[in-house]
Amino acid sequence: MADLALLLIGALLVNNFVLAQFLGLCPFMGITRGYDTALATGVATTFVLTLAAVIAHLVYHGVLVPLELEYLRIILFIVVIAGVVQLVSRYIEATSVVLHQMLGIYLPLITSNCAVLGVALLATSQDLSLLETLVFSIGAAGGFTLVMVLFGAMRETLDHEGIPAPFRGAPIALISAGIMSLAFMGLTGLAG
Amino acid sequence: MVPDSTFASAAIARNPAWAQLLGLCPLLAVSNSVVNALGLAAASAFVVIGSNTLISVLRRQIPDMARLPCFVLIIATFTTVATLLLEAYAYGLYEKIALFVQIIVTNCMILGRAEAFASRQPVGRSLLDAAGTAAGFALALVTLGAVREVLAHGTLLRDAEHLFGTHAAGWQISLGFEVLPLAALAPGAFIVAGLLLALGNRLLRARPATTTPDTDAT
Repeated sequence: MADLALLLIGALLVNNFVLAQFLGLCPFMGITRGYDTALATGVATTFVLTLAAVIAHLVYHGVLVPLELEYLRIILFIVVIAGVVQLVSRYIEATSVVLHQMLGIYLPLITSNCAVLGVALLATSQDLSLLETLVFSIGAAGGFTLVMVLFGAMRETLDHEGIPAPFRGAPIALISAGIMSLAFMGLTGLAG
Repeated sequence: MVPDSTFASAAIARNPAWAQLLGLCPLLAVSNSVVNALGLAAASAFVVIGSNTLISVLRRQIPDMARLPCFVLIIATFTTVATLLLEAYAYGLYEKIALFVQIIVTNCMILGRAEAFASRQPVGRSLLDAAGTAAGFALALVTLGAVREVLAHGTLLRDAEHLFGTHAAGWQISLGFEVLPLAALAPGAFIVAGLLLALGNRLLRARPATTTPDTDAT
């Protein structure tokens, strides 16, 4: 139990996917223009990422390992992720209009979010068990959402500051992300 | 070959990393030294050139409706080959950058060029465009890698033997100072990239003040 808690905290804060491992930066820089979109993207990504990582784990250990075809993992995981995205977006479309309006346009973008593929690859390369994969992916997705939301709120404020022209837009966003990453480094040592 | 601006425009004006902010994850993650940057640049070049050429060759055979899945599968195949090649011939480097080589497949710069260019143009021009894109990405990676390595370690080309084999062990250039060890760590990647981007904006002020290019959030 303690191991699982450490795994969760580790993925959530210490080795934060965006700020320490550089995964999922495209949505981080692209979508976090505001708090609401950041939250919606985070929620949608959490859902897809967890589901995809679990299915990828099952397929990897159930099919690829017995057949000694581990090198096909990249192709297979991409197919799994695209399939999960399709499935989730169809399901949401059919069950909840509100949710579909909120998340609909962000779902297709998740297919090319490298954090999703990254979690699946990391979980299999570290030989995590199914339960560990589940905890690890929830931690990773939670950390992604947390940072997206914090950064979204921060960028709303940044837009109204008097920033020198060459720094406007992407440069100041990158530097702010650097300072946030510095703050997250302070958590090193909290969990393995 | 007819002189063609395809290469230059793909490498400089539409530089995938600096002008369009595509492929930021590998750019920031792997640019902590010149050698790592070169390794990833080579792997990315292999994937983007190989897949875009193949997509261009097959552009009449791929049904329009299923084109994106086909492109993704072709890119994933080349990524797998790049991963296997690196694992076989440069294992020291592979251990450091393996995850980001495998993640080339989700680099939207490659899918973007396939969709916008290779699927509509003849093979020769697609090859040039892909080579330009790869060169632009390599330029951005190596610039950032060099600045970070000099700031953090005061060296260039450290650990060259991981990429170029044992005879390259003496290639390291030592400048004899260490300014900012932070540059090699995660926060340093963001800050140095932000400063370089701002510097680029300052130098290229000739064009009208554009804010962030509206990149797709993919």
